[in-house]
Amino acid sequence: MSPDFTPLLSTLGGALIGLSASAMLLLEGRVAGISGIVGGLFTPKPGDIGWRVAFLAGLVLAGIGGALFAPASVAVEIDRAPWMLVVAGLLVGIGTRLGNGCTSGHGVCGLSRMSPRSLASVLTFMAVGAVVAVAVGKLTGGAS
Amino acid sequence: MRSILLSLVVGVVFGVGLLLSGMTQPAKVVNFLDVLGNWDPSLGFVMGGAIAVHFLAYRLIPRLPAPLWAERWGLPTRRDIDTRLLVGAALFGAGWGLGGYCPGPALTSVVAGASSTLIFTGAMLAGMGGFAVWEAARARR
Repeated sequence: MSPDFTPLLSTLGGALIGLSASAMLLLEGRVAGISGIVGGLFTPKPGDIGWRVAFLAGLVLAGIGGALFAPASVAVEIDRAPWMLVVAGLLVGIGTRLGNGCTSGHGVCGLSRMSPRSLASVLTFMAVGAVVAVAVGKLTGGAS
Repeated sequence: MRSILLSLVVGVVFGVGLLLSGMTQPAKVVNFLDVLGNWDPSLGFVMGGAIAVHFLAYRLIPRLPAPLWAERWGLPTRRDIDTRLLVGAALFGAGWGLGGYCPGPALTSVVAGASSTLIFTGAMLAGMGGFAVWEAARARR
């Protein structure tokens, strides 16, 4: 097992993500799905832009805080060739829009709502993600 | 104005959660998915913590007549499992296992300026934008 295992911090961070998703539900009555929030900006509707931009600005603001106070948690290079990162980014961008959600919308929100669509999505992306990560790990000797 | 400011705060809380949990470290995510390698189960604890909180909130909040700032609930109602859902999830999973980023952590990390993050996030946004263009073109036909 990895020496980097962080059960307490990861549970605490997860609880904050759940808290944020719950605030979104209480205020806007919506699912806090990041790919959906970003995707909606590519087909903008009047009155439906401000909250999306503000939420995403909040993510970026957190990232600035991370870069200033805990750079090791956010300014990290991954051991992948640039073309692999391009392919990975395109797959994540297209896949999350085609499948209506990602780790937040289907994972956190959908599983909490016990949605059968989200369960099917999570099982699929976890399984395919594991197969790809294991295969790339065998080929490259694992993520650094 | 007040609602915009609070949306910003909700985003900050989400981003801080991603940072603390380790989701913004692609190697940690890949080590969760690579179950035959240097396995790091942390991501399971992220999901556990998030779902524990949100599962309870979801049992309580929708009992209100409406959300505080919207006229009605805007939650998904579909329950069917179609090919589009599964193909999309499979493509996303492949990219996630390859790059180690899902959309939230990529957008949170992009200001830190690591070249891997910039390349991944640029390609991700291009994929989302390209998909929107493709959908719009298909709808016109």
